[in-house]
Amino acid sequence: MRPFTYERAADAASAVKAAVEVPGARFLAGGTNLIDLMKLQIETPAHLIDVSRLPLARIEDTADGGLSIGAMATNSQVAADPRVRARYPVLVQAIVAGASPQLRNKASVAGNLLQRTRCAYFYDTTKPCNKRRPGAGCAALEGLNRNAAIFGTSEACIAAYPSDMAVALQVLDARVETLGASAQARAFALDELHRLPGETPHIETTLAAGELITAVVLPPPPEGAQLYRKARDRASFAGGLASVAVAGGRIALGAVALKPWRAARAEAALAAGAAPAEAMRAELEQARSAGRNDFKVALVERLGAATIQQTRGLA
Amino acid sequence: MNSVRDWAAPNPVTENRQGIIGKPVDRYEGPLKVTGSAPYAYEVQPPSPPAYGVMIPAAIPRGRVSRVDVTAAEAAPGVKLAWTHLNAPAQQDPPPDAPFLAPVARPALRSDRVMHFGQPVALVVADTLENAQAAAHLVEIAYETEPAEVDFAAAAPHATNPPGEPDVRMGDFETAFEAAPVRLDETWDTPIQIHCQMEPHATLAWWEDGKCVVHTSAQMVRLTQTGLANTLGIDRDDVLLRSRYVGGGFGGKGPFYEDLVLAALASRELGQPVKIAFSRQHMFHGTCHRPATSQRVRLAAGPDGRLTGMSMITVTHTDREGKFWERASNFSRSLYAAPNRLTGHRLVRLDLPMAGAMRAPGEASGMLSLECAMDELAERLGLDPLELRLRNEPDVDPETGKPFSIRQLTRCMREGAQMFGWDRRSPKPGQVRDGRWLVGMGMASAIRGNMLLPAKATFSLDVSGVVTVRQGMTDIGTGSYTVLAQIAAETVGVPLEDVRVEIGDSEFAPTPGSGGQFGAATAGSAAFAAGMNLRKAIGELGTGDPGSPLHGADPEQVTILGGVVAVGNRSERLAALIARAAPEGLTVEGEINPPSDMRDWSQHTYGAHFVEVAVDPVTGETRVRRMLGVFAAGRILNRKTARSQLTGGMIWGVSHALHDGAAVDPRYGSFVNPDLAQYMVPVQADIGELEAIMLDEADDKANPMGIKGVGELGIAGSGSAVANAIYNACGARIRDYPITPEKVMAAMMAQGL
Amino acid sequence: MRTSFTVNGTLRSLDLDPRVTLLDALREQLGLTGSKKGCDHGQCGACTVLVNGLRVNACLTLAVACDGDQVTTIEGLGAPDALHPLQRAFLTEDAFQCGYCTPGQICSAVGMLEEVAAGWPSQETQDLTGQVRLTDDEIRERMSGNICRCSAYPQIVAAIRSVAGEGV
Ligand SMILES: Cc1cc2nc3c(=O)[nH]c(=O)nc-3n(C[C@H](O)[C@H](O)[C@H](O)COP(=O)(O)OP(=O)(O)OC[C@H]3O[C@@H](n4cnc5c(N)ncnc54)[C@H](O)[C@@H]3O)c2cc1C
Ligand code: SF4
Ligand code: FES
Ligand code: FES
Repeated sequence: MRPFTYERAADAASAVKAAVEVPGARFLAGGTNLIDLMKLQIETPAHLIDVSRLPLARIEDTADGGLSIGAMATNSQVAADPRVRARYPVLVQAIVAGASPQLRNKASVAGNLLQRTRCAYFYDTTKPCNKRRPGAGCAALEGLNRNAAIFGTSEACIAAYPSDMAVALQVLDARVETLGASAQARAFALDELHRLPGETPHIETTLAAGELITAVVLPPPPEGAQLYRKARDRASFAGGLASVAVAGGRIALGAVALKPWRAARAEAALAAGAAPAEAMRAELEQARSAGRNDFKVALVERLGAATIQQTRGLA
Repeated sequence: MNSVRDWAAPNPVTENRQGIIGKPVDRYEGPLKVTGSAPYAYEVQPPSPPAYGVMIPAAIPRGRVSRVDVTAAEAAPGVKLAWTHLNAPAQQDPPPDAPFLAPVARPALRSDRVMHFGQPVALVVADTLENAQAAAHLVEIAYETEPAEVDFAAAAPHATNPPGEPDVRMGDFETAFEAAPVRLDETWDTPIQIHCQMEPHATLAWWEDGKCVVHTSAQMVRLTQTGLANTLGIDRDDVLLRSRYVGGGFGGKGPFYEDLVLAALASRELGQPVKIAFSRQHMFHGTCHRPATSQRVRLAAGPDGRLTGMSMITVTHTDREGKFWERASNFSRSLYAAPNRLTGHRLVRLDLPMAGAMRAPGEASGMLSLECAMDELAERLGLDPLELRLRNEPDVDPETGKPFSIRQLTRCMREGAQMFGWDRRSPKPGQVRDGRWLVGMGMASAIRGNMLLPAKATFSLDVSGVVTVRQGMTDIGTGSYTVLAQIAAETVGVPLEDVRVEIGDSEFAPTPGSGGQFGAATAGSAAFAAGMNLRKAIGELGTGDPGSPLHGADPEQVTILGGVVAVGNRSERLAALIARAAPEGLTVEGEINPPSDMRDWSQHTYGAHFVEVAVDPVTGETRVRRMLGVFAAGRILNRKTARSQLTGGMIWGVSHALHDGAAVDPRYGSFVNPDLAQYMVPVQADIGELEAIMLDEADDKANPMGIKGVGELGIAGSGSAVANAIYNACGARIRDYPITPEKVMAAMMAQGL
Repeated sequence: MRTSFTVNGTLRSLDLDPRVTLLDALREQLGLTGSKKGCDHGQCGACTVLVNGLRVNACLTLAVACDGDQVTTIEGLGAPDALHPLQRAFLTEDAFQCGYCTPGQICSAVGMLEEVAAGWPSQETQDLTGQVRLTDDEIRERMSGNICRCSAYPQIVAAIRSVAGEGV
């Protein structure tokens, strides 16, 4: 790790202020992604602002019957919350399908949303990667890209975003609340948080410098059953080959794009009466695979259709 | 002893009067391990605070370091030294053509040549680990890359027979194959596999009175000690090597690596203890791996299922100067009867990291083909796969014609089938559903050779009647501490509590260490010999001591049981005898040398695996639900630790079937998945109910105790049973390991599922 | 940076480079080498310790971030002559071989049983709104953050089961 300084933030406003003012400053939450990358010097912050102890871990009912989840609530806390379990089972299932119990005890909601790709070439600093070093090239494009995305890729980057939790939040129409420089609060749809790679895969989110995620807000749950399914190389503690979240008529996909992918076309087809597999095929018309990940097209079709079927059985 | 026949006479182990042999006692060093108080190499407290070394891996597969600049690193906080090939101390070179695992020099940072990706090309030592790690990133290295051959699939067609290893032919395989009514000709591929011991390779070194004290994570004490001494150009006795606790070896800690050499050199240079560990990522390229194979199996059978011909040709690879290759076809020479046989190996040399031995070298890969081929052949013949194997059970070793020392393979299969409920298997694939899962069963045979190597042991008896075993042996999780204590207790005739075991030290009697499942039998036989010598010495002491009630009796008549020495009804406590007659204690040596006629028998361990898997019909994900192994592996020294070895091996087989596999990116000559998040090994949730049964057996041709190894047997064939079960569950025959979900999914899709 | 936290009941005060992880602080500065380093990247679980009662990966935890925390390591659970029930069970069931993953497994198991007692769900939990029943499959899933390459997995389940009892 490069040398850095560390402070424990006193409150959200001063955390944001420090993040804007101190060069090279970064927020530290659970650290399970940031420290991992710092050890490889893929991340080299000069200053860490520890926000994990800020009073942003509460899970509260909202006036409209939804739930506001503090950004520093741990993944474990969220999955254990009785209200989440009763009303948003898909979120519980997605969280407990990710990482390991130890990691989930540290990982925060905000940190999980902002975790970076697990593209093998991103992690291997001896290989070219546009995300690590803009303009260096993308080793995955012609490489062993089994884990790469099939939606929304670009010539510059085909990486997939690995969060499980975010796929469930996406299907639940979550909104993100932040505190920006000069103490400006804003809220926006989770769908707007992550950017697709385009020409600038190193710019991953729409957050401004120093902008702090303070909460994720869930609207009341949609009508209908919810389910999360994840296909992977081993039974537990493995990233997804693909995952599917279904809630009512809504569908979101994981490990197939550089963001939690809302399958809008599949939803529309389903609403128009298409069979589940047919609806998935409608979504997959825009899929573009890169060689080793060709299987993801069929996998997403099959897993998506099966998950939709299964939720119908639950309803 | 120079004949196997001498072993037939009863002895304290075979008589087992105290009942300690075979007893499922807890691990000797267990209390230390479960409390975290067993110090592994990096954790030993040195005499003064250590400095920390970090190695820098090469970023190219082949070429040379064209420019290197350590100025920034040297100037970084806390840095004590920065070495590259330009300024590393002089070391000795190995002799040319030394065989695999020869105790020869292995210099580090020897030249500007880069032979493989991940070869250490620089070392930084600093006052703290953090400073060393940060400074390592400041070393600037430029390379001149040369074309590298790293693509096994592309090179395989050009493979040739390994030096000195012609194919083995019996009868006329080709003609038999052409003529056979039922034939099978398929090829199986296994990937490069990585040991992934949980403890990274690590060394702590310091110098004391001109001697180098090293604590390292090594399987073979004497080899590592000698190799280091040869590298440094010093006397072997000037290296005091300790490897008391080893966090997993699996063959990967047979050879030694730059952590050892550089820690020794840097601590000499700095006059301070230095410790160096491989990072997890660096281990993948910086240490050895099991090479990939491509195995063509051809089987010819009559309609009755009897094999008329069998051929297995394995193509594999090693590194440019490599002396190890995966002899995956070897086991097939002793497994099934067939008059016409053709077996052999083909080798290519690639610019990849070092090829080395990994748990059950040969069998672990090789059985993944033949035992699936037998399953496929059974289907073509309309026979139960177990029945097919029974029909091809040989009476003598099918290749050499030698008698088997003992062979209970069919008993393993029959008893296993019954316990497992094999008769409930549907012969047709894809028939059984349980909820959303497709369920299937598979079985396979297990065979793994048995070895005995020369070794020594020292036993000391002190005035309190305590026997201390000292041996340059290692316990890499195999249970050496425990079984040596059991052997000592039963051989000498003292309670288990009165035995101490001290191993993992180069100052103790040498053994070849742990590997090739020869550890317990080899070190154990030396310990047995020492125990017998100690018994004899005690007998002579007692009968020769005027103060002893045994005085004047025939030393041959002396019995020792529970720490009491007796002749007839005359007896005294062993501690009393020693305190009086040998107050300085007794120390004896023991030695085992394999007799020349051992080779007159075909000697193996055997087993049968039964597996039930569930396959997700949508995604192709496989779950192992239930698994049973039945094994015949000689006399079992400790039913608890032996069972753990076997179940561990079985899980390795599951892993080889479903998970293990390092993928080479041919553009870079490096593995694309070099960490434990990307390289898959099983986690707890992957393993359902699993049991290992050991049949009663004693192999009196194996060694005086009739014991054999169990450390590798469990893995042999277990992956094939998984693959066969997957086929039975869903009709997917995957001959390209690991059997990942997308392969199964594609195979199911091809059948319209 | 001056940092104080309690380790196994004793307040420890250290002057730390912010880069030092909790794992390295324990192993290299406090002489508590029971916590193991298998990967240093959160991928194996060998470094599992309890921080404020929760199991976490010490390798991805900065020591300076633990100021004021309560840390329990394997050394705090028991000693060779005074084993914790789980340590005793691991010994009896032979739930380890090389022993390198073992301290992490045992700390993880301690944390896991607390999580079950608190009713936290896992991916094996069928009824998310009901009580957690600690089936063998639940144990397996909940212990999956701890890799054992020696593959003592069946014995680990047996050891935990013997402590947890059947009815949990
Ligand atoms: C071995 C391993 C396996 C894993 N497997 C999975 C898996 O299967 N599925 C899965 O979903 N995840 C997986 N993960 C990822 C894990 O879930 C994430 O590391 C974790 O969720 C990140 O949360 P954190 O709080 O630790 O984030 P940190 O590492 O602390 O932070 C991550 C990023 O978020 C930023 N940040 C943190 N808080 C805020 C805030 N409030 N506002 C703005 N920015 C902020 C940080 O600056 C940093 O850039 C795995 C991780 C590991 C190490
Ligand atoms: S896919 Fe993206 S993250 Fe991966 S190597 Fe290419 S640019 Fe880097
Ligand atoms: S060392 Fe922390 S998880 Fe491996
Ligand atoms: S006991 Fe060796 S890794 Fe678990």
